[in-house]
Parts: sequence; structure tokens; C-alpha cells
Amino acid sequence: MIPLLQVENLTKHFVTRQGTVQAVDDVSLSIGEGETVGLVGESGCGKSTLGRMIVRLLEPTSGTITLQGKEVAHLRGEASKRFRRRVQLIFQDPFTSLNPRSTVGRILEEPLIVHRLGGRDERRAQVEELLRRVGLSPGAADQFPHEFSGGQRQRIGIARALALSPELIVCDEPVSALDVSIQAQVLNLLSSLKRQTGIAYLFISHDLSVIRYIADRIIVMYLGKIVEVAGHDSLWDRPLHPYTQALMAAVPLPDPQAARSRERVVLEGDLPSPVSPPSGCRFRTRCPHAVDRCAREEPALREVVGGRFVACHLVTAGDGPTDIGPGGPPPPAA
Amino acid sequence: MSGVAPPLLEVRALETRFSTEAGLVHAVDGLSFSVNKGDSLALVGESGCGKSVTALSILRLVPDPPGRVAGGEILFEGYDLLKLSRRDMRRIRGGEMSMIFQDPMTSLNPVLTIGDQISEAIRTHESVSRRSAWRRCVELLELVRIPDPHRRVHDYPHRLSGGMRQRAMIAMAVACAPKLLIADEPTTALDVTIQAQVLGLLDRLKRELGMTVLLITHDLGVVAEWANRVVVMYAGNKVEEGRVDELFAQPLHPYTQGLLGAIPQAGRVHYTNARLHEISGTVPNLIDPPARCRFAERCAKAIDICHREYPAPFRPAAGREVSCFVAERDLA
Repeated sequence: MIPLLQVENLTKHFVTRQGTVQAVDDVSLSIGEGETVGLVGESGCGKSTLGRMIVRLLEPTSGTITLQGKEVAHLRGEASKRFRRRVQLIFQDPFTSLNPRSTVGRILEEPLIVHRLGGRDERRAQVEELLRRVGLSPGAADQFPHEFSGGQRQRIGIARALALSPELIVCDEPVSALDVSIQAQVLNLLSSLKRQTGIAYLFISHDLSVIRYIADRIIVMYLGKIVEVAGHDSLWDRPLHPYTQALMAAVPLPDPQAARSRERVVLEGDLPSPVSPPSGCRFRTRCPHAVDRCAREEPALREVVGGRFVACHLVTAGDGPTDIGPGGPPPPAA
Repeated sequence: MSGVAPPLLEVRALETRFSTEAGLVHAVDGLSFSVNKGDSLALVGESGCGKSVTALSILRLVPDPPGRVAGGEILFEGYDLLKLSRRDMRRIRGGEMSMIFQDPMTSLNPVLTIGDQISEAIRTHESVSRRSAWRRCVELLELVRIPDPHRRVHDYPHRLSGGMRQRAMIAMAVACAPKLLIADEPTTALDVTIQAQVLGLLDRLKRELGMTVLLITHDLGVVAEWANRVVVMYAGNKVEEGRVDELFAQPLHPYTQGLLGAIPQAGRVHYTNARLHEISGTVPNLIDPPARCRFAERCAKAIDICHREYPAPFRPAAGREVSCFVAERDLA
């Protein structure tokens, strides 16, 4: 089966005055139809850059992106427009991503106009339907974005992404700006939309507990590289990469007893500069287990057990439980 | 303890208001709580609940106008800070009591080196020579584990990473060995692995310097990991208070229960098997709020009286408090 989206050896370099930033470096991944892939990592790991390349807001430096087997990274004109109908984006900031001078109705209608879908009355009806699906009243169509709270605005952003019935929505930190009670509303909405429509998500977040809740399969990135790919349960039960382990240990648990009893792995130091990443394994400068080999040789992302990929010299085959996400195995490691 | 020794800080019926074009916002409305010596107290709540305004009120840093502390007392070691002269308050601020903020980039002066800023803080409060203040700076940077402190002391803030800047802020805040450190969302702008470092640092400094810390946060995970006592705020009021393990094991207020249910926990909750608990609706408008439970309109458990009266604090056990008619009825 061909995955819905396949990314191979994708690289994005930004040239700055300080040097070339390797924001995303040789990343391969796939997203199955109806699958939710969670992309997690800290600031500067390249997760947003990767998301932006997938929705074609950024041109990759090299590598390929295919949607159902068709190359899409360099589409132009009409072909590019057709691509937009199938892949949409939800932004982090519900304040800056909606035009303050347009009514909500106009914001939701715009994609339909651009893609010449339906007549005036049909579009109106569809806007109403979109508002209903995201839990807003039809009256919202005549209001302006500033009349809504952050959570409601994020619902408007979701409705806009749904307008063209895409097959994949890239959600870039969609709940990070929201309070926890509102965050829960949006996460519930995204999961029920998925159940209704079978839409696939690439869900990008720095928050491992949010990713753990929403994703079928989880990809962990560090400094432009994928370090681990695993099903949601197996990642939680047994993180294999030392970075994933540290990341999980650092997530504050809202449970004092569990928090006290778990092992404390506090990473030393800061993220190295992406302009001159460490030789070999990029995590080695902060890794508590690093050995000589880690500085000399870059670890490839290898499958250690069905569907479980790790880029670490110290993890050997057979270290993880069997687990294949619903989207099938990800592409072979480069 | 709290029955014997007087608290280090006691906030009584604090009212802080802001005048806006739309009307008078009651940002903090009759808040009372105390911080005992040695406490790691967390003040937790969502945006707009008044937690940061509380911190600013304690330090008398509420921008006036438009803000004003309209009522109440803030007793620090028995003295009412609201009655102190500006000069005395300046001596306390940065001396016996100091504060760190969420964003170290905007709270550090970009045109002064780290060393200049920290030694200025020291020399404001103590009559020491420039040279010995500078020496103290290096020691302080060492204390907060900034690598290479002799070199870093000459750096400007923009040369430091976010985590390092927050360490420098902390070094400045503890320069005069304050009795109370107020930390307003000190880790919110940081990555989780850096957050863990900074929380660990606060813990260590607390022990080594014998400090008391009031931590302001929206993150219940941080509360559970770090604090020993917690005050939960909602819409300018305290809704619940308790020891951390008690409060998380048995949250009494429906708002606290809702908040805890809304977090995707580390358990087996996955979208395929569980919906997250939602708190319906949004926070109420704090312009001339009515005298009744502020949470009532979002509360699934609300009964008649909740919509008519303001619930008085109910204390089921020592150090435990909840302001909720339903919780009080169920516990009585």
C-alpha cells in the first residue's frame, strides 16, 4: 500500500550571516491514510520547518515529498492549487492567523471561492455546516475574529482547514497558545473530526503529553534529525533513544506520587547551535551515555524491531517491543 | 507549623483593580493566603485568573494607573507592605524579597553586561566596593551553574541562550539572599529539558540559601513536581488550597477537578479510548463581577445557591480549604 504522504531525505538549509543552519537534515517519514503522526521535539529541532515544507510554504533544499506516489515538492500553478485542496495547515497562533478585517463567514468562504467550489448559496450553506462541525453557532459567520476567545478562534482556524475537505492537515502547535481546559476542547474536537472523516494529521508539538494523547505514531526530532519513531504506547512504555528518555523524564507529571517515584534524568547543557552541529550523533554533547563512536560516526535511523526506528549506536536490534502503526511501517532508513 | 510560627508573608483580602475603557476590572478580588517560611508554594490558575497581578501587588509593582491595589493587607514578617514608603519598599524589593519573570529577555537590560546588572543590584542594597560586587557576581553565576562564569560575566544578555538568561535572572534575584523569591512563570518560555534544569536549580537554591519561594504557574505538572503547597485561583479568587499530595489525590473544587481531568496524563489516555474532560464555556468577565460563585456558570455540579451567593472558604482539615457550596455539602 502506498502511504498518503511520503517524505524522503528531506533537507532544508537556511543561509544566515552566522553560517548555514541545517534546520532539517535528511529526514524521511510517511503518513498513512487516516493516521495521526505526532512530531515532537524542542525549539530548533526542525519540526515546524518540516511541517512547512510538507504544506509547501517552504521549498526544500533537497529531497522529495510525494502525495499518494506523486511528487509534490516542486509543483507550480494549477497543480499546486490542486495540492492545496488535499493538504491544509492549522497554525499555532489563533490571533495572527485570521484576518482581523474579514468576517468569520468570509474567512471560511474564501478557500471555496479560490477553488471555485459551489455557487453563492451553496458556499453559505457550507460555511454554516463548517461552523456547526467545529462547535460554533451559525451566527458566528457575521462576526469578526476579535469577538472570539482564543479557543474559539482556533475552532475557526480548524473550520477553515476543513473547508476544502483535505486528506491531510498539518497542525503546527495548535493548542500551545491555549489554556489547558480550552486545549482539551480543541484536542477532543480534532479527534472527533478524525473519527467522522478519516482525515490524517501531522500533529506538531513540543508537548509530549499532548502528542501521546492524539498520535497513533510518534516521531521524535532533535536538532534537525529524527532520533526515534514508535507507536504511541511503545514509546511511552519503553523509550529507546536517550533523548526520548530524557524528554519524557522532563515532562512534568500532574501526579506528585508518580513524579517523585520516577527516575530523574536531567539533561546537562543547552541545545548546540544548528549552524555547527556536533560531529557524529548530534545529541552526544548532552547524552549521558555517549561513547567515542558517537563523536566519530553519525548513527543511521535503523529499524530495531517492527515499526520501531532509532538512531543511536547504543540501541541494538531486539531492544523494543513489536509495534507497527496503522499507517504501515515508515520508509526504510536512509 | 502554621499555627505556631507567624507566616513569612500573609495576603489578606487583597483587591487589585484596573480601570479600562470598558469598566473597572476586578483582577484580584478578596484574595487571602499565606506563605510560611520554607514553603514552596505554587499559585496556579489559567490566563486572567489574577495570579501575576497578585505577585505584582505583593511587590507593589502594579502599574498605576491603570491598576490600583484597592484594599486588603500584605503582611511581610508582620509589616504591611501596602503602608510602607516608596523608599522602604525599594529596599525590600530586590533585598529581602525579589522576583523573577517569565521572559528573561525583556527583564534584563540589553545594553548592560550581565555583570553590570548583577553588581548594580548588589550595590543598591549593600555598601560594597565595585570590585567585591563584581567578585560576588562571578560567585553567583557559579552558584546558578552558568559555565565559564569569568567570561560570561562580561557578556550581554543576547549572547546567552534562554535557559542561561533565566539562570542569570535568578542569580540577580538571589544576589542579596532574599527571604522570599517570587517566580512568575519562570519556566514557561523554556523547553522542557531546560525547564527541568531551572526547577532543579530553584530547589537547590532554596535549600542552600534557606529561601522561601512563591511560584506562579499555569502548569499543574510543574506544581506536582515542584511545590509542597498549592493555591488554585479562578477569576480573581482562591477556589482551593492544600498540600500538593492531598490536593492532587483528592481535588475538592469542581474547577480543580476539571483542570486535572483536562490534562492528557501520562497514563493510558489516548484519543481512541478516552475523551479529555472539557470545562465548557470561557472565563467570566471581571468587570463588576456579580457576588456569587464565579465558576457557577461553567460548573456541571452547580446548584441553586451557587448562582446567588458567594461561597465562603470551608476548611475540612488543617491547611486545606475550598470555596464551594457543593464540596462543603458533600464533606459535611
